[in-house]
Amino acid sequence: MSSADTKKKDIDYNSNGSVLNPLKALSFFAKKPVTEKLEPRIAAERYRGFHVNDWEKCIGCSTCQKVCDNAAITMVKVPSQKEDPLNGIRNLRPAIDYGRCCWCALCVDLCPTGSISLSREYVHTCYDEQLDSYFLLPDPNGMHNKDYGEGWNKTEENDLVDHNRQVMPERTPESRSDNFDEIVDGYDKQQAIIEASRCVQCGMCHDACPTHMHAPEYIRAIWSDDIEDAVRQIYRTNPFAHTCGRVCTHRCETACSIGKRGEPIAIRWLKRYAVDALSHDKIKDIVLGDVNPESSGFNIAVIGSGPAGLTTAFDLAKLGHKVTVYEGLDKPGGMPRYGIPYYRLPFDKLDDDINVIKAAGVKIKCNTWVGKDITLEQLKKKNHAVLLSLGLQLGRSTRIPGSDHKHVQKAVTLLQKIAAGEKIDVPKTAAIIGGGNVAMDIARSLARLQKQKFGEVNITVTAMESFEHFLADPEEVKEAQEEGVIILPSRGPQECMIEKGALVGLRTLKVLSIFDEQGRFAPHFDENDEICHECETIVEAIGQMTDVDLLGEELTEKLEWQRGRLQVDENCRTSEDWLWAAGDMVRGPDVVHAVADGHTVSKSINEYLKTLQMEKKSS
Amino acid sequence: MRAENYEPKQHPPSHEYELNFGPNHPGIEGNYALKVKLHGDTVVSARADAGYLHRGFEKLMEQRLWIQNIALVPRICVPDPSPMEVAYSMAVEQLCGLDVPERAQWLRVMQLEMSRITAHLFYFGGHAATTGMYNPMFWGVADRDLVLDLFEELTGGRVYCIYNMPGGVRRDIPEGFLDRLSRLLDYLESRLPEYDNLFFTNHVLINRAKGTGQMSQHQALEWAVTGPNLRATGLQCDVRRDDPYLVYDELEFDIPVEQGGDALARTLVRRSELQQSIRILRQIIQRLPSIKGPIRAPIPNPLAWNVPAGEAYVRLESSKGELGWYVVSNGGQKPYRVHVRGPSSMHAVQVLENLAKGSRLEDVAQIMFSLDACPPEVDR
Repeated sequence: MSSADTKKKDIDYNSNGSVLNPLKALSFFAKKPVTEKLEPRIAAERYRGFHVNDWEKCIGCSTCQKVCDNAAITMVKVPSQKEDPLNGIRNLRPAIDYGRCCWCALCVDLCPTGSISLSREYVHTCYDEQLDSYFLLPDPNGMHNKDYGEGWNKTEENDLVDHNRQVMPERTPESRSDNFDEIVDGYDKQQAIIEASRCVQCGMCHDACPTHMHAPEYIRAIWSDDIEDAVRQIYRTNPFAHTCGRVCTHRCETACSIGKRGEPIAIRWLKRYAVDALSHDKIKDIVLGDVNPESSGFNIAVIGSGPAGLTTAFDLAKLGHKVTVYEGLDKPGGMPRYGIPYYRLPFDKLDDDINVIKAAGVKIKCNTWVGKDITLEQLKKKNHAVLLSLGLQLGRSTRIPGSDHKHVQKAVTLLQKIAAGEKIDVPKTAAIIGGGNVAMDIARSLARLQKQKFGEVNITVTAMESFEHFLADPEEVKEAQEEGVIILPSRGPQECMIEKGALVGLRTLKVLSIFDEQGRFAPHFDENDEICHECETIVEAIGQMTDVDLLGEELTEKLEWQRGRLQVDENCRTSEDWLWAAGDMVRGPDVVHAVADGHTVSKSINEYLKTLQMEKKSS
Repeated sequence: MRAENYEPKQHPPSHEYELNFGPNHPGIEGNYALKVKLHGDTVVSARADAGYLHRGFEKLMEQRLWIQNIALVPRICVPDPSPMEVAYSMAVEQLCGLDVPERAQWLRVMQLEMSRITAHLFYFGGHAATTGMYNPMFWGVADRDLVLDLFEELTGGRVYCIYNMPGGVRRDIPEGFLDRLSRLLDYLESRLPEYDNLFFTNHVLINRAKGTGQMSQHQALEWAVTGPNLRATGLQCDVRRDDPYLVYDELEFDIPVEQGGDALARTLVRRSELQQSIRILRQIIQRLPSIKGPIRAPIPNPLAWNVPAGEAYVRLESSKGELGWYVVSNGGQKPYRVHVRGPSSMHAVQVLENLAKGSRLEDVAQIMFSLDACPPEVDR
């Protein structure tokens, strides 16, 4: 409407209107009343009424409770709902106190899963004695089991969850494919703070982590730029901070509630950022600054200097026990040093971790192979407790025809040689059997060596699993392919082809199924789909086992075994009361599980030593 | 309640007596009191007595996350809550240096003008009731409800919209909303002649309101009067024009002025403003479809949001006058200090006390209503 129109309709109040003017309103007696009968009127489509909550979608992360303006939300345990910490699901569900709720719908906007929403239902009355009906556990059925439909719900417009992870700067396939330099650059400060700010502090990561790292705490500390506190929080449960910050299997990220609809918080990279941001001396100072225990007089021997062994040693040393770690190889570190390639975990970073452990008073004797240089019996005599943390250092063989040829090698052995800096014969063409992370590690390591030596990559990975069920991390597979490695899924190895004593290729058949109906390993092949992969070398990466020769026959007899693995109780203690076993050899390959085991063992050993001390005192 | 009101006082001369006008009095907007000293029917002096509605918003806000406050701020002024959330959001945006998308700014103006209409319709009813006319009150409230229906569609809430958050607004308009708004504006416009007959040209109103609670422009400026009350003394002063915020500089509207400075002038200014709001909304209906883009700037996770240290002052024109928000952050997750400069605290205290002096008892309620003072905003 133009301004002229407005003026025209204006009234001239200086000349009073007719006295009868107000009486014109009497005409309204003949009109319909504007008041309505008290019948629930249908609310608008995005009305903010009582809550409804989809229990299937809800994971009990309690973000709604945190953002609630009036503390109206209480998380209630619902035992009928499933609890699955590994996938980030708790059986908590929000209950709303409608005496406090102000229907602002922030709970809806910030819900990571989008399970909670407000309905179009808004009427609730009750007698005095039913006042507790205002405290309600909303489910999909609404306040009174009547379907009023969703009102204010989660849409793209009002979603306050940031789904996108900070992009990790890393080297291009071209610049990384001919050298072993670390691929990932790590976050800078700004990226780390933004990434940390995405966290809603639900603690799913803490529950899912084998060693229950205080991830919410250190993420919050990184966000508030208090790196020292972040490192302190990390070291509460994990002395392998650099290692786990780079190569952890990050179960935390699988459980992350933000990951339910978007990309999970990069918890592993944040840990890496925190420990990289401080100097080594500073970390030592933070971790060991106030540790100064009295010597307890107990001696403990740890065999194997991998994460499990060193974690135990670290914990026990901090309690004042004298711990000696025996390592057969040149340098401490175990699998992280000899199994994981440099481009994923640089040795100096592993050394940083180990130096902190050494600074706590742990003695590491390298080049001392228990069983050869010293016997287990001797160790038993000198120490009050012994821990076996031997790792999985022997490769398994496929035992297909020709697999005993000298150019058929084991991935772990080869990786160990590469890590130790030994010269190996780089094959011009290679085939790798296996589809796990170790297969990727050796494929990518060999690819780098080939690129250096021949300028081109000629490696084929044949795995029995299809891409949907691949064992290796998807990012490992993607990066290997970028570096020129050919990955063939669903191929079963049949024969290492040997002509005139020389290895010429690997024959594989297409896999139709791997397991039988009972879930046992019984592969089925398509005999018509055969490929011969030409190669000079075949590498088997189908699993590892432990070298347990050091135990000796008598002890091996006494201990309990299942499928070749040493049996331990929930405290990682064997049936011998002086002997514990932990890490990959009892748990299967995983760094962070080994660390978790280390803590379990150290607690158990410490308890045991306490009882010894009591006995000593009483006798 | 002010402490000084409870100090022992000397007995007034026998021809004077004191009357507690409120807090529970139909002639008072909500829980608010005036202690009126009377000589016969004439007010000798009046003393505003606030505190019955004190909820401590400014302090409460210091205990809440930046995002949580959006649910709290509208409650500061019940009849006109929208400017509160817009102003708070604008202050936080200023602290963070957030750029609000254009579409969000248009939607905010739409919300503010709709809110102005609801507030003025409420006001007419209130003013009419204090002059003994109850019909316009029913009409005002009933017509206001139609605007609230649209608020419900747009924001999910009828009165406390909680539609804004720092960065923009929470939802875009639903389908067909602008058509329905346009129809509502037609209806409201068609109602105006009926209001005129019943109220604005009513002899009762004119005779009772003319000259009642009169203040000069000089007095108004002295007493920090703003908004329609100031414009009723002949001064064309409006934050929307003087210090344009959002997209008001792209909109065409007049700033109605009256010269009387009395209760009647104040009512008529608001009547014209209602028309201007309708005019602004018509322009928004025309322009909004062509303004594309997001409705909210990306904001960090509300649970981990440090607003940079600093202070921001935002002012805008609410239906009652100039509304100022002063927000201080020390770089933390919660405001360090918030102060609301609501127009009502001036109108309902110093202005009302002065205007009531010398008036007759039966006019006190009318003076208060004609100033459109809002007790919840005085107390905060």
